[in-house]
Amino acid sequence: MAILRIIIIFFLFQVKSYSLIEVDITRGNLNPLPIAVSPLATDKDSKQKFKNEVKVDDLGAEISKVVENNLITSGLFNPLPKDSFLQEPDIAHFKPRFEDWKLIKAQALITGKVEYIDEKLRVEFRMWDVLAAKEIMALAFTTVPSNWRRVGHIITDKVYERLTGEKGYFDTRIIYVAEEGPKTQRIKKLAIMDQDGFNTKYLTLGNELVLTPRFNPTNQMVTYLSYFRNLPRVYLLDIETGIQEVVGDFPGMTFAPRFSPDGKKIIMSFATGGNSDIYTMDLENRVVERITNHPSIDTSPSYSPDGKYICFNSDRSGYQQIYIMNSDGSNVRRISFGRGLYGTPVWSPRGDLIAFTKLHSGKFYIGVMRTDGEGERLLTENFYQEAPSWSPNGRVLVFYRETKTDDKGEGFSAKLWSIDLTGYNERQVPTKTDASDPSWSSLLSN
Amino acid sequence: MTLNKIFKNTLILISACLLLSACATQKTVTTDGSQMQGDVYTGTDTVKELAPGVPDRVFFATNESILTTASRETLRKQAEYLRKNSSMNIVLEGHADERGTREYNLALGERRANAAKDYLMTYGISASRISVISYGKERPVDSGSNTLAWSKNRRSVTVKAN
Repeated sequence: MAILRIIIIFFLFQVKSYSLIEVDITRGNLNPLPIAVSPLATDKDSKQKFKNEVKVDDLGAEISKVVENNLITSGLFNPLPKDSFLQEPDIAHFKPRFEDWKLIKAQALITGKVEYIDEKLRVEFRMWDVLAAKEIMALAFTTVPSNWRRVGHIITDKVYERLTGEKGYFDTRIIYVAEEGPKTQRIKKLAIMDQDGFNTKYLTLGNELVLTPRFNPTNQMVTYLSYFRNLPRVYLLDIETGIQEVVGDFPGMTFAPRFSPDGKKIIMSFATGGNSDIYTMDLENRVVERITNHPSIDTSPSYSPDGKYICFNSDRSGYQQIYIMNSDGSNVRRISFGRGLYGTPVWSPRGDLIAFTKLHSGKFYIGVMRTDGEGERLLTENFYQEAPSWSPNGRVLVFYRETKTDDKGEGFSAKLWSIDLTGYNERQVPTKTDASDPSWSSLLSN
Repeated sequence: MTLNKIFKNTLILISACLLLSACATQKTVTTDGSQMQGDVYTGTDTVKELAPGVPDRVFFATNESILTTASRETLRKQAEYLRKNSSMNIVLEGHADERGTREYNLALGERRANAAKDYLMTYGISASRISVISYGKERPVDSGSNTLAWSKNRRSVTVKAN
């Protein structure tokens, strides 16, 4: 036993001391790491079988494109053009000629192969430290061929984790509201897609207004607001089965729902007689608890990841500001004191920050502050944008932004955008239609 | 810097468009003044009638749910009409303009519709005849993004329910 332990420690030590590449994600990354993503090698026979089954000509190459696109959007990596690669994919995967990859200035190299075995897709991939001329990661897994895009996302997560030291966020989905039609009669549907914009599915038909879908952080349940039968109420939806139900039995509008971090409660606002307060409902025993009791508007509640605190939005000072309280509603204190109005506070999954929407002098900002309200940083400014949602690793925010599309400032389009916590790397997230109210899922696999 | 520039250009464009549209419709409005008092809409552009001489909606100042003198006058007329038609039920639809977060605006719309409801009740209209729904900023009546459009959108509309 003692000998084994020593060997393990030695091995870990060695990997750490010889690994030259690492990516710092705590600052805006202006020099993305040059990385070569070799197409995953596929033998002739497998290629044909994949082509028949999932209608993709070269599945190995397509999976590597998924990885490449993820690496680009992360802003931390610079995937090198494939036409500069000198080595064939299958040989590179077996044994890279490091001097060839050094020549094109790659610091890391990803190689792999896909095979069709027993109607399954078997993937093997390796990551190589080009400068140190050594393998730094190897992994293999098997799945159904139709899952091939997820294979690309899982590979990216492993690469990201190995090089940044933090969990990735690529094998995830985003639920959002798909929008169409004129602003005065907007049609809204619940939609879900992979975080890179593929595999869009619509979950409602657009017959009733739907707003603010949010993922359960522990499974694939969703809570959202629906105007079904003109009764705006919070609903719970199982996106695998499509089964949904109203949350609680409230004699008025319930809205602004979110799950507790353990996924067992829904926290939301209930409005009656001109006053909105915050309530929770336990999903197991259906017990409803009133958390705030104040004549002002209390809404947009969000739990801290340990479940001990709740941040929320209240106008008890006269205008919208951000407050924090204990999860039983005690010890309420205001934390936003900057100029302007503050809304939609969302607690980071890392626990240290609260993201928010700020309105000031006719502009909307997405920002973050520490949980004591100090250290406010505004990440992005625009005419209309709101509703930040954290990536599961707490490094990226997705939100929605409306832009005017004609000279009169009348036509408009709503799109999803993402931005790093650093304020760098702002990107539009591709959606098939106009989109709003994004919510990022937790990692699907681990 | 560039953002500022874009902002300024857009402002110039918007004000130019406002001027142009004002000329095109032959209105003598040079500012929004004649259709707004403070920032509460006082015009008749989007207003429908619940019955002849009974306007269907009241308007609010930014972030407010206080009824203005004109709003109270409108609601008195509505109450009178509802007393005469005692079998009629109504829905009060509360709305906010787009300059606010979605969830807060849902609460604000509910607060506005309830301000109208409370006032109707002081004129003897039973709470059982009135239901309230908030649309927040989801159903603007004017899709524009300017002070006049916003003032039309901050409203509580009385709709016959039967």
